[in-house]
Amino acid sequence: MASDRCSCQGGTTLVFACSGGADVGEISDRAARLLDERDVGSMYCLAGVGGRVSGIVKSTEAADRVIMIDGCPLDCGRRTLEEASIRGFTHLRVTDLGFTKGDSPPTSDTIECVAQAACAVVGSVCDSPGASGPAQATAPVCVGSQCCGG
Amino acid sequence: MTTIQILGTGCPKCKKLAENAESAAKELGIEYQLVKVTDINQIMSFGIMMTPGLAVNGEVKSVGKVPSVSDIKKLLQ
Repeated sequence: MASDRCSCQGGTTLVFACSGGADVGEISDRAARLLDERDVGSMYCLAGVGGRVSGIVKSTEAADRVIMIDGCPLDCGRRTLEEASIRGFTHLRVTDLGFTKGDSPPTSDTIECVAQAACAVVGSVCDSPGASGPAQATAPVCVGSQCCGG
Repeated sequence: MTTIQILGTGCPKCKKLAENAESAAKELGIEYQLVKVTDINQIMSFGIMMTPGLAVNGEVKSVGKVPSVSDIKKLLQ
């Protein structure tokens, strides 16, 4: 809720990242920020859900759509949401997109690829800043289990 | 004393929430004060992403909807 307009009209998409310490965690974080910059959704605070901050938990429950990007199969983000009884969210895992934990530098290409994958999964258009149309990812767009990092 | 906070910039849904909250508190017969938080920075300090919001004694109980009087009564108990 970045502006002072009324925000009671619905249509809210929240984006979470595990933001873990490994390279794939950083990729998840920066991809989520990219989605926020491109107005696909608002990046939100996973730590607030874990800490049971009431406003953050209730907002997550009320969101129309929640995207959770985990870096690796430990799925810390998914587990955090589930522990707070958040259900029905869209889950992506960076390592499912062909990236290897510990061997995936968070370059602009990898971050773009994960952001594009998130957009594809939820059916949104990922516009690049300043672009007149949908972004052309520099790496192949990944959908589902299709690899874009390998 | 129960503090009921209505988090919203003053749109019709916020006003309806305030009405419902006041009715719920009165029906329960509790001692309360109703506070309308309309400043966006104060609203954001609760961590919410949507309005209207309802907080009871500082804890957010509902976001993005207008609960019924009976639902608010449950939240106040």
